[in-house]
Amino acid sequence: MSDLALPATISAAPPRRRRVRLPPLVIFAIGWLSLMLLTAFAADLVAPYPYTALDLRNRLSPPVFMGGTWLHPLGTDELGRDVLSRLIVSIRMSLLIAFGATAIGAILGVTLGFLAAHFRGAAEQAVLALVDFQASMPFLILALAVLAFFGNSLPLFICLLGLHGWERYARIARGLAVSASSQGYAAAVVQLGASPWRVYTRHVLPNIASTLIVSMTLAFPEIILLESGLSFLGLGVQPPLTSLGNMVGYGREYLTRAPWILLAPSCVIVLTTLSVSLLGDWLRDRLDPTLR
Amino acid sequence: MSGVPLLQARELVRRYTMRRGLMGRPVEVRAVDGVTLALERGRTLGLVGESGCGKSTTGRLVLGLEVPDGGNVTFREGPMPPRQTAEWRRLRARMAMVYQDPLGALDRRLPIGTQIAEPLDIHGIGSRADRPERVAQLLRDVGLRPDHAQRYPHELSGGQRQRAVLARALATGPELLVCDEPISALDVSIQAQVMNLLAEVQERSGIALLFISHDLRAVRQMSHRVAVMYLGRIVEEGDPDAVLHSPAHPYSQALVSAIPQPGRGGRRIILQGDPPNPAARPSGCAFHPRCALAAALCSRAAPVLKPLPDGRLAACHVAHGTVSPRDGMPQQRAA
Repeated sequence: MSDLALPATISAAPPRRRRVRLPPLVIFAIGWLSLMLLTAFAADLVAPYPYTALDLRNRLSPPVFMGGTWLHPLGTDELGRDVLSRLIVSIRMSLLIAFGATAIGAILGVTLGFLAAHFRGAAEQAVLALVDFQASMPFLILALAVLAFFGNSLPLFICLLGLHGWERYARIARGLAVSASSQGYAAAVVQLGASPWRVYTRHVLPNIASTLIVSMTLAFPEIILLESGLSFLGLGVQPPLTSLGNMVGYGREYLTRAPWILLAPSCVIVLTTLSVSLLGDWLRDRLDPTLR
Repeated sequence: MSGVPLLQARELVRRYTMRRGLMGRPVEVRAVDGVTLALERGRTLGLVGESGCGKSTTGRLVLGLEVPDGGNVTFREGPMPPRQTAEWRRLRARMAMVYQDPLGALDRRLPIGTQIAEPLDIHGIGSRADRPERVAQLLRDVGLRPDHAQRYPHELSGGQRQRAVLARALATGPELLVCDEPISALDVSIQAQVMNLLAEVQERSGIALLFISHDLRAVRQMSHRVAVMYLGRIVEEGDPDAVLHSPAHPYSQALVSAIPQPGRGGRRIILQGDPPNPAARPSGCAFHPRCALAAALCSRAAPVLKPLPDGRLAACHVAHGTVSPRDGMPQQRAA
């Protein structure tokens, strides 16, 4: 808030664009997420071992800070696979799934919500029925059915997780779009002659983006956890492929003897979801000129 | 005036269905019930009436924002094209609207300048390079500074916001401007500024104004012609001085008597009965349950809007001399 200008200085000069000063937590969040993204992209280069390589003589060896050796900095699992290497590959897999599924859910939900708000009538009833249907059906049953009929593949799995939570975006988008177009800025822009495409993409979407971003930051951790749950049930990412949830699920059996197997991916899940929430919160405030 | 009016609305009807309660039977509400009006270029028609009488709906109907259930609107001798067609959208450049709540009418996430340029973008008027100069000119025209273009709506005062809305409305050089209660959300001192600005714009560009307000003084100052609405119908229409000095319709009389005037204490007409409910329109003249002059005929036959000897139009049996005012308890009371 460096230039809360005095009335006298407002007179002629246009308001200066404020320099973005980042709060420390946001710096941390951006740093952590960039680290995760870098890791994901360069997984093959930075992983010290192939993620399936076995080191049978060093099974369940503890990480460095628990008295282990630098041979396996984060220790090994019950088959002697390097936890660090597996973690790196898991990060790639989990980020791909979480970002992909969140994006699919948001795009699908917002599109359907806007269609419902624009056409009203039968289209709206259909979308709302679909929303209620989705909200009332246990997601696990849907997931089981889809994966049982179509088999398990990564793209299908991502699309399936994208179906999780779209109904929330649809509800938010429809409600806010209806209220915007019944009165206020959207109606004003329609009166100016704007096409519906322009109204929704240029005006309604930016105005409801803050709410959608918050919803997305809530959905992101949920999807990571859902992925781990499904993987644990044998519906998600299957061995030898690995993901964060998958690692937590299989590390559970060694919780007392070798907690590091579960600890490393758990920490990554917590820090990543926390960073996404922090960043989303900050981004929402930044996108709103009235809060700047 | 030159021949055919710019805007003509004939017998406009707009009904809404309303449901009371969960299982209530749908009730038909006639928000606008047979409104006919005409507006010439460069003139101002003032539309007054209490809230809920259908003023704003009439404004939205003549702009084509709502489809009338009956009657038709003619603009520049052409009928109003169907809503949301390309032709309808092109027509938006020729007619604009100013809103009661300028903050609600502006997108709070875009700077004023971008929003004023938006109609130019939509209708492809001028080149992209000319935009900043055109926006600066529009801002100067409505009494803002060019550097206001970078401001966001919340950074402006109420009067400045209304000026920005006006600048956006005028960007395409429209011929018709519908002002829906443009000053009722503003400070009294700002109200005068905005009214002067509207008059100035009209003088400069010859734009036709439909000025909707419940503020009789504002309407008298702005208008070349005044129409008084009651329950979706025009009950009196004519020269503002005639209508607002010596109203012929009892409802206009009550409205005019409500203008506070120093030194004229004790002549205020307090209307009796319930405020009008468009869902349960009284039989005959809609005003008769509250009218001090109502005679037996008034509850049976609806009066027609027709000229009085002095040229103005009124819809009242008593004013036309069809019946004599009923004798009995006068409902005129000292305030």
